[in-house]
Amino acid sequence: MLSEQLKRFREPQLARQMLDKVKKSLQELQAHLGYKATFMEFCGTHTAAFSRTGLREELKEDVNLLSGPGCPVCVTADSHIDQVIAYSQLPNVIITTYGDMVKVPGTEKTLQEQKACGSDVRIVYSSLEALEIAKKNSNRPVIFIGVGFETTTPTAAMTLRKAMEEGVNNFYLYSLHKATAPALQALFSTNLPNIDGILLPGHVAIITGRRQWDVITKDYNLQGTIAGFEALDLLIALEDLCSRIQNSSKQVGNAYGRAVQEEGNIIARQAMDHLFELRDGPWRGLGTISQSVYKLKKEYKAYDAEEVFPLPSIPQGKPSPCLCGEILKGLKKPFECPLFAHRCNPIRPQGPCMVSHEGTCAIYYKYERTV
Amino acid sequence: MKEVKEKPILLAHGDGGALTHQLVQDLFLQHFKHEALQAQNDGALLKALSGPPVLSTDSFVISPYFFPGGDIGKLAVAGTVNDIAVTGAIPLYLTVAFILEEGLPISDLEKIVASLAKTAEEAGVAIVAGDTKVVERGHGDGIYINTTGLGYMPAERHLGYHQIQAGDKIIINGTIGDHGLSILSTRAGIAFDTELSSDCAPLNHLIEAILQSCPGAVKFMRDPTRGGVATTAKEIALASEKDLILDEEALPIGETVAGAAEFLGLDPLYMANEGKVIIIVDGERAEEVLATMRELPHGHNSAVIGKVEEKKSHKGQLYVKTHFGSHRILDMIAGDPLPRIC
Repeated sequence: MLSEQLKRFREPQLARQMLDKVKKSLQELQAHLGYKATFMEFCGTHTAAFSRTGLREELKEDVNLLSGPGCPVCVTADSHIDQVIAYSQLPNVIITTYGDMVKVPGTEKTLQEQKACGSDVRIVYSSLEALEIAKKNSNRPVIFIGVGFETTTPTAAMTLRKAMEEGVNNFYLYSLHKATAPALQALFSTNLPNIDGILLPGHVAIITGRRQWDVITKDYNLQGTIAGFEALDLLIALEDLCSRIQNSSKQVGNAYGRAVQEEGNIIARQAMDHLFELRDGPWRGLGTISQSVYKLKKEYKAYDAEEVFPLPSIPQGKPSPCLCGEILKGLKKPFECPLFAHRCNPIRPQGPCMVSHEGTCAIYYKYERTV
Repeated sequence: MKEVKEKPILLAHGDGGALTHQLVQDLFLQHFKHEALQAQNDGALLKALSGPPVLSTDSFVISPYFFPGGDIGKLAVAGTVNDIAVTGAIPLYLTVAFILEEGLPISDLEKIVASLAKTAEEAGVAIVAGDTKVVERGHGDGIYINTTGLGYMPAERHLGYHQIQAGDKIIINGTIGDHGLSILSTRAGIAFDTELSSDCAPLNHLIEAILQSCPGAVKFMRDPTRGGVATTAKEIALASEKDLILDEEALPIGETVAGAAEFLGLDPLYMANEGKVIIIVDGERAEEVLATMRELPHGHNSAVIGKVEEKKSHKGQLYVKTHFGSHRILDMIAGDPLPRIC
């Protein structure tokens, strides 16, 4: 199943040789800057890969690695979770969503707890599976909670198109899909945090293309490199980033060339653009970000859960005392949160960063604790 | 019975009356042949055991009940047989209790019963007592099975956490994560290039052969079922108050499992196994045990996957040595492994 090409990116000996080279480059960069560089990995999968492979530990003397807001579950606002719970209480409704989402706390409870109280909540592996559930339950409304960045948005679009073609009229989307670039712009326009370079999300770039990220260099004078997810991918990207910072490159790099094209995946982008439009929306920890949430266009309102099942606005509960917001902005590390590994753990997460596999706190809990 | 098998289970199959009697006579007694069961007494009269009795019970709840590489019947025998075998005991007898959901096709039940009988025969254990109940449609998942196993501990076997010492090696009898990922991918309807298959199997013959061929070499055994290798190894570390170090490069993971786990965002170290045993052996004798295992069915892909060290903190920890030689901590599973979003 693993292609020969992918196996090469997992070759431990090659990775160890590359590690020595990258360490040297980081030391040269430190001499160039006069201080130890700080890089942000935007994407939670990168955070997990750095920890899982042991690279974070190996490189800790040479670079400060910060995790960014790149976990779609973590940035889902608690008001949106409350909304989903309210949908699940409507008569006869089936809620379908990805596994991570059932554990995210809203202001009062999680979808998992609501399921235990009698709501019909089903975990799916893809939006197509949710559509199959709708077809098998044609007399019941089935709401798919669409979460993710540009990686999952095209598949939701294609699933809706299939629902339309097949005349499935009990399938609805509650779109919490988010765009990555506006989040980065929101993050950097506040001059936070103080970073020297950023590793850009490989999965997202497969859809959006390399070119869209040039705005980072152009508008924020920040160097960035698109990175894949194997140990060697990460090392190649770090090497590229070091070189770009020293040479003041004018564009972001692409160290994931085997998957990412200049223009991205045009078919996927067209599918998204056809059905969705960007609107302002809340991100957990980052506030409302302009033109950052993919919502269905008005002409598809028959499939839009928000249009078909309007719910009264839900009052905000008490904000969580956890530091997820600061962690998402790269201002704090999980160890700095007083709840981390005490009141907040994967069994009883207090904030979304402890829930998702892509969440910084869950990753640090799993891989970085030393006792 | 032929025409009956085309029909579903009714509530009346569990009421103790004529239909229950028919099910027992035409199905269970046709497959389970041991004299203690065929006598149809309320209790099974068994021979005296050759050592201290070892008893274990387990309930099996799995959806779907047929899966690549096995079914709930095979699982219900292998699970309890393995639980007894890893203590070092010899499993001899099983009881089987079925909770059936109204509407379950009797043809499915017969396939499961046949599989149960075949697996018990393979393991060399006898099914000596049973029970059947039926719950209303919508109140079960087709079929639940409980098995209780009875065996005995041969003289001079003293496996246990207290035997584990620094310098011991950790062995597993083959690839990890196969069962968990095959169930998950079946449930999710995801097809891969190469079909994933559960490793579900009774391991008592393999275990007995090791214990007899390499007397005194084995310190402790445990089957890494729910929670996978990492959770089981962590339990061993905590109970033995030693540090266990797994070597990432030595972990046997099949290519399809590695690819599927990555695709679904899951870690094979936390995926369930139903035909695997973790064996802590005297470090000096690891190669001897390994050579024995590799000659036996269910042991061809055995490997040393780690070692035991003195604890560095106040309690035993589990670490994995990464490809780069650094160590990271591993913890028990927290909740079901669920697919990620990205």
